[in-house]
Amino acid sequence: MASYEDILLAIAERDPRVVVVTAENRAAIRGLPARLGDRFVDVGICEQTMIGMAAGLALRGRIPVCHALATFLTMRAFEFIRTDVGIARLPVKLVGGVPGFLSEANGPTHQAIEDIALMRAIPNMQIVCPSDEAELLAALPAVIASEEPCYVRFVASRPAVEHVVPFALGRAEVLAEGSDVTLLTYGFLLREAETARRRLEESGVRTRLVNLRTLRPFDASAVLRAAAETKLLVTLEDHLLAGGLYSIVCESLVASGVRAPVLPLALDQRWFQPGRLDDVLRFEGFDGASIASRVLRALRS
Amino acid sequence: MSAAPYEDLTALALRVREHVVRLATGGGCFLGASLSCADLIVHLYSRVLRVSPATLRDPDRDVLLLSKGHDVPALYGTLAELGFFPRERLARHLKTTDSIYWHPNRAVPGVEFHSGSLGHCLAVGAGIALEAKLRSSPARVFVVLGDGELDEGSVWESLLVASAKGLDNLVAVVDRNELQANMRTEELVPLEPLEAKFTAFGASACTVDGHDFAHLERAFSSLPFNRGRPTAVIARTVRNKGLPSIEGRADRWFVDLTEAEVQMLLRELHGGEQASLTSATKMVR
Repeated sequence: MASYEDILLAIAERDPRVVVVTAENRAAIRGLPARLGDRFVDVGICEQTMIGMAAGLALRGRIPVCHALATFLTMRAFEFIRTDVGIARLPVKLVGGVPGFLSEANGPTHQAIEDIALMRAIPNMQIVCPSDEAELLAALPAVIASEEPCYVRFVASRPAVEHVVPFALGRAEVLAEGSDVTLLTYGFLLREAETARRRLEESGVRTRLVNLRTLRPFDASAVLRAAAETKLLVTLEDHLLAGGLYSIVCESLVASGVRAPVLPLALDQRWFQPGRLDDVLRFEGFDGASIASRVLRALRS
Repeated sequence: MSAAPYEDLTALALRVREHVVRLATGGGCFLGASLSCADLIVHLYSRVLRVSPATLRDPDRDVLLLSKGHDVPALYGTLAELGFFPRERLARHLKTTDSIYWHPNRAVPGVEFHSGSLGHCLAVGAGIALEAKLRSSPARVFVVLGDGELDEGSVWESLLVASAKGLDNLVAVVDRNELQANMRTEELVPLEPLEAKFTAFGASACTVDGHDFAHLERAFSSLPFNRGRPTAVIARTVRNKGLPSIEGRADRWFVDLTEAEVQMLLRELHGGEQASLTSATKMVR
């Protein structure tokens, strides 16, 4: 199966505007220096300079695809993204590695759990949150073809589910219909959400599963339909409560004048306990079984 | 040496200073920084930069970025005088019906990029310079930095990277007026030895008198100083140059003048008696 760098290389070979940039983060693009030559630019551990240079490249018609860990990309370089890329509305593509729980045992310095909130605060910044490698690869051509700046919350994990809807910016994927509860999620946690859905079904709860895929543009219609057709909305994310999917869903409901119960499963006012991924998920209550029991508890109360 | 060879530049710089003084009313502007770099901007646009209103979309044109941003009145004045946009447009300074405000933005013809947040444009300039290298374009990038701005770590980070990438088409031009918003640079966070700092970060550097066109000509006619290295030109300048009554004054950075004061300063620019300003200086920072 093709990898992220295979697809990125294929796009770059077709489109001479594409320049692959990194702040010394090469995990997903190790093979590209040899293939792309001077269109592979590693600036060293300088996230701010990387973004400023990417803005300069984009000003001259290039499409820079910038790589760094999600925390340092979105926070160390935030003002450069906002000021150089955002104000000029340049088509710079930001690829943030090991977001959310995927930082595992690194500790709070490496936990990108406010990246969505920050990127949402920049006008016109698109936010793409693939749930697995297949979705990442399906999203990449659309990300690069878009004329807007874009943040990709990089996830290249093994398949979360069998995808049933072709990728399109702003279009959610409804993986299962259901009339009791809707699980709304994005990114890596889709895998756990699918496990939770099966558990809930076993308990007699008819569960809808919606993979949002992109948080800007946002498929508000999928949320409004779920609010109308199911009794409880659950937002599930490895992100802080403030500014992530829960906020987006609530804003969408209020904007449409819709009242609906929403259960947020997110990190509230704290960083998560570092550890191996599966241990973190269990400890924090974000593995499929814990998610299912948290939803059941909410339904009973 | 006779000043005659630079008569045109001297006259242009005077007209630019007049524009700057006229912009310092009805809301005001950053007069001090604009007057310290006026000769630099005039020299670069007249003798160095390969750009004109006709080549503004040419991908091989030279690019100038004002990294410190608040000195933009000097750029507005120069661009207007050189025909990038009509001089009359300067009358719309600070009007919401136009985009001629306190910091640069691309809605003004000839302005290549916005700034205002310090420490950004050397990185942006490095990106433009790198892009020119990818195409083997002769385009060069000049980034005008304030000396106070050199407190920002991102300036030095960008210089490290520009050196690593061999961007000899990138020129950092420092407006070394030794004053930042409120303080003397050497009293707050000393920058000297400054030329040695640029050299240590991989640039080829020189220091010149930023108000002497012969000096500027010598520095900018031999770019790059070394193949494979970015260049740094440290231009020693004086805040509010051209207005002896307020030259070098730390408290005359941003000013909002009365119309009578504008007229006094215009006379002073032309060698008339020194003005006595009573308008309060607005401290923006």
